[in-house]
Amino acid sequence: MRNLIRFLLKYYLVFLFLALEVVSLAIFFQRNEFQRAGILNATDRLKGAYHQKLGNLRSYLYLRELNRQLAEENIRLKNELGRAYESEEIFFYSVHDSVRGQSYYYTPARVINNTINKQRNYITLDKGRVDGIKEEDGVICPSGLVGVVYRVSPYFSTVLSVLNLDFRVSARMKKNNYYGSLFWDGLDYRFATLTEIPHHVDVLPGDTILTSGYSAIFPEGVMVGVVDKVSRKGGDFLEIRVRLATDFKNLVQVQVVTNLRKEERKSIENLSNSD
Amino acid sequence: MIEIIPRNIFRFIVLVLIQVLILNNIEFSGYINPFLYVLFILLLPFETPAWLLLVSGFVLGLTVDLFMNTPGLHAAATVLMAFVRPFVLRIFAPRDGYEPGTFPRIFYYGVSWFFKYSALLIVIHHFFLFYLEVFRFTDFFSTFSRVILSSVFSIILVVLSQFVMFRK
Repeated sequence: MRNLIRFLLKYYLVFLFLALEVVSLAIFFQRNEFQRAGILNATDRLKGAYHQKLGNLRSYLYLRELNRQLAEENIRLKNELGRAYESEEIFFYSVHDSVRGQSYYYTPARVINNTINKQRNYITLDKGRVDGIKEEDGVICPSGLVGVVYRVSPYFSTVLSVLNLDFRVSARMKKNNYYGSLFWDGLDYRFATLTEIPHHVDVLPGDTILTSGYSAIFPEGVMVGVVDKVSRKGGDFLEIRVRLATDFKNLVQVQVVTNLRKEERKSIENLSNSD
Repeated sequence: MIEIIPRNIFRFIVLVLIQVLILNNIEFSGYINPFLYVLFILLLPFETPAWLLLVSGFVLGLTVDLFMNTPGLHAAATVLMAFVRPFVLRIFAPRDGYEPGTFPRIFYYGVSWFFKYSALLIVIHHFFLFYLEVFRFTDFFSTFSRVILSSVFSIILVVLSQFVMFRK
């Protein structure tokens, strides 16, 4: 016993070091909702106030870029409207049908904090629970996909960015509807990887990638990006490098998409899965 | 001697604020994020007991983690850095040791000594930090380039800050 104590005393520094490392690593790998919530609450106020100020400044600096994006979106929406008018029947159905009603609700929000240089990047928005934002809502911007709402406080919310190793989204090719899983590899903030598309599918650089709508988070057909490079490595699937349509470096204005029928859809899907 | 403690606490707070409010908003080319807060560990007096080094490294890292949404990551890296600091000091010790009443600063031991001392510790810290964050060895070199680039910027900031903080 005495020898043991002497041993512990002699190497107490090493033990202290190991203990502190174990604690840090445990916190790091745990990453569960509870401790994250506690930690974030502790610092939310200070950060919220500061980022609001910084966000104000930043949004002023980016006004020109923002105007350009909005103008582009207007043009795109007008084009789609024109397409809808061609077939009057469909247009009528989707807008005035009182039985089906509205299925997505859009809330505009401003980015007040955003990182791109970590492996797990989060975005902070200036809208929260009082504005009707819920966890797992989708977030898009005029040019494309942004992320998924991760945590909501009364006046702020954080978004799991596409540039986060934990982010996955179901995406499809616009031209032939083959779908796969899109994720970020942690390297370059401009590119993401699309997998699970089989070898025989014809994919060329420049092809458009859209969301598939299989996830109940994003509406179908939101712009994700264009194919940059296709490589045939081993395995059953192509490895497709996608140039993201969203420029995360000058993200200012986004829209939060709430799926009004998500609960219903989830419950019926769960019901079928458990059969 | 007693005034060293409040001075270090003040330095702790100022460095964390600079790190969180200013440096974390800097993103050169999506790769580089300098971490100036490690300067706190670098500047602690020679006589600091090793256990206190470890504990202050842990507290410092955890504080930075709170603001960066990375619980545990910076704490682990800073504890490692605090652990190796005594060994690094021994490697770069002048022939007749460190004189009592002096501090690890440019003013006492010169630019070249301070550069070697801070560079080695910062590279160790950044190396551990970035590889822990990525947590895989594929893309080894891309992570490696991030380590080196960020280290260079941190070292430049640390050395420059010496001329701003202690003007003689």
